[in-house]
Amino acid sequence: MTDMTWLYDWPQYIPDLLPGLWKAMTLTAISCFFGYLIGMVLALLVETPRAWVRYVALSIVEIGRGVPILVLLFVFYQGLPQAGVLLDPYPAAVLALILSAAGYSSEMIRAGLNSVPRGQSEAANSLSLSVMDNYRFVLIPQAARISIPPLVNLTIIMFQATSLATVITVPEIMQFAGIMGSATFEYMSIYIAAAVIYLCITIPGGVLSSYLEQRMGAPKKRSTRQVLLAQFRKPLGATNNKSHSASGRM
Amino acid sequence: MLEILSYIAMGASWTVAITLGSAAVGMALGAPLLVLSTSKFAAVRGIYSAIVHVVRGVPTLVWLFIAYFGVGQLGLTLSPVMASMLALSIIATAYMAEIYRGGLQAIPSGQWEAAGALNLDRFSTLRFVISPQVFRAASPSVATQIIGLLKDSALVSTVGVADLVFRAGVMTQYHADGLYMFGFAGLIYLLLSLPIAIFSRKIHTRIKRKYVIA
Repeated sequence: MTDMTWLYDWPQYIPDLLPGLWKAMTLTAISCFFGYLIGMVLALLVETPRAWVRYVALSIVEIGRGVPILVLLFVFYQGLPQAGVLLDPYPAAVLALILSAAGYSSEMIRAGLNSVPRGQSEAANSLSLSVMDNYRFVLIPQAARISIPPLVNLTIIMFQATSLATVITVPEIMQFAGIMGSATFEYMSIYIAAAVIYLCITIPGGVLSSYLEQRMGAPKKRSTRQVLLAQFRKPLGATNNKSHSASGRM
Repeated sequence: MLEILSYIAMGASWTVAITLGSAAVGMALGAPLLVLSTSKFAAVRGIYSAIVHVVRGVPTLVWLFIAYFGVGQLGLTLSPVMASMLALSIIATAYMAEIYRGGLQAIPSGQWEAAGALNLDRFSTLRFVISPQVFRAASPSVATQIIGLLKDSALVSTVGVADLVFRAGVMTQYHADGLYMFGFAGLIYLLLSLPIAIFSRKIHTRIKRKYVIA
């Protein structure tokens, strides 16, 4: 341990990495926007009665979730030229991240849709709402409560995953860090600076996600003890009706 | 063609070794790390949440490069495999601790009270009452995390460990059929994650049959 300057000189490298931060954020925004849209479509297709549609949708989901993003990046960047499609690094990274985001988000959206009780759809049907209206006014508002917190979490994970795009030379944070590192050999300081930049996004994002989870999320079941305590603390003559009104909040 | 594919498939040994190695370290060290979060001192709990948030908030690739290039700069040159194990073990530990914490919160407070009523000391309570239930509640999440580590282990190719992705890259440079090479590597990742999922489901149903889980 000859040299301890990395403990205090890392902030000077942050400005050099900031152009990469912008690239990483646009990459996250584009891939999450399209990824979640496709994920929603996949979530609906996985539940269709037609078997072959179901299998195609399921295999896309499983490829998106089961294959490492690094492999997807290489497939789109170094693999597709074999099929005659030459992509620039940035579009290749966008496609790989979209596939991954679609796979993960479809499972989260499906979990949200499945959490809505069956009676809700049946009630919508008996009110003769169309299928679209059923989704638009009945299912999606209730499913969103369950799905949005994990989707925010997934967005943070996708932001971290953009660091992988450096292997196909997309100029994001780690690419700048690698260039700076090989020029100055101050690897420790530079990668600490990169870690700090990532933390500046992921920690506030994590706080937002846990806030949303408390705010929306699955309704918490009260333990038997809490129910009993609530019974004892209730003033005489009060009715139980009030506790139900909270469930309509969104 | 068969030689090429078998050359790529040989990389699975590093992939599996690094995945299982870091998962074992994470499962072992996650428990002591979790003890920090149960401390009665707010400062110690703060240290726990700082460690967990920093480790999980920084991408795996950054940890890997800090372990390989950064530590190397300090005069302690780690081999690519050692650096990969170090980085992935740190990450696995933080994630496992959070999984155990979720399992711990799922345990009704009556279990602690009952153990107290039976005059069990703190160690016996943890050893015989709490931890068996935590492991039961956490086993599906642990399996998911191990599959996550399997996919994270693909990153070790960037520091030169000859795993599946690394070998697929080498073969692409020789023969240029990138779609086959990386497609084959991706297929092996899917195949490797299947046994973990099946094994975990088996264990979970066995536990479920043996004990009633709330």
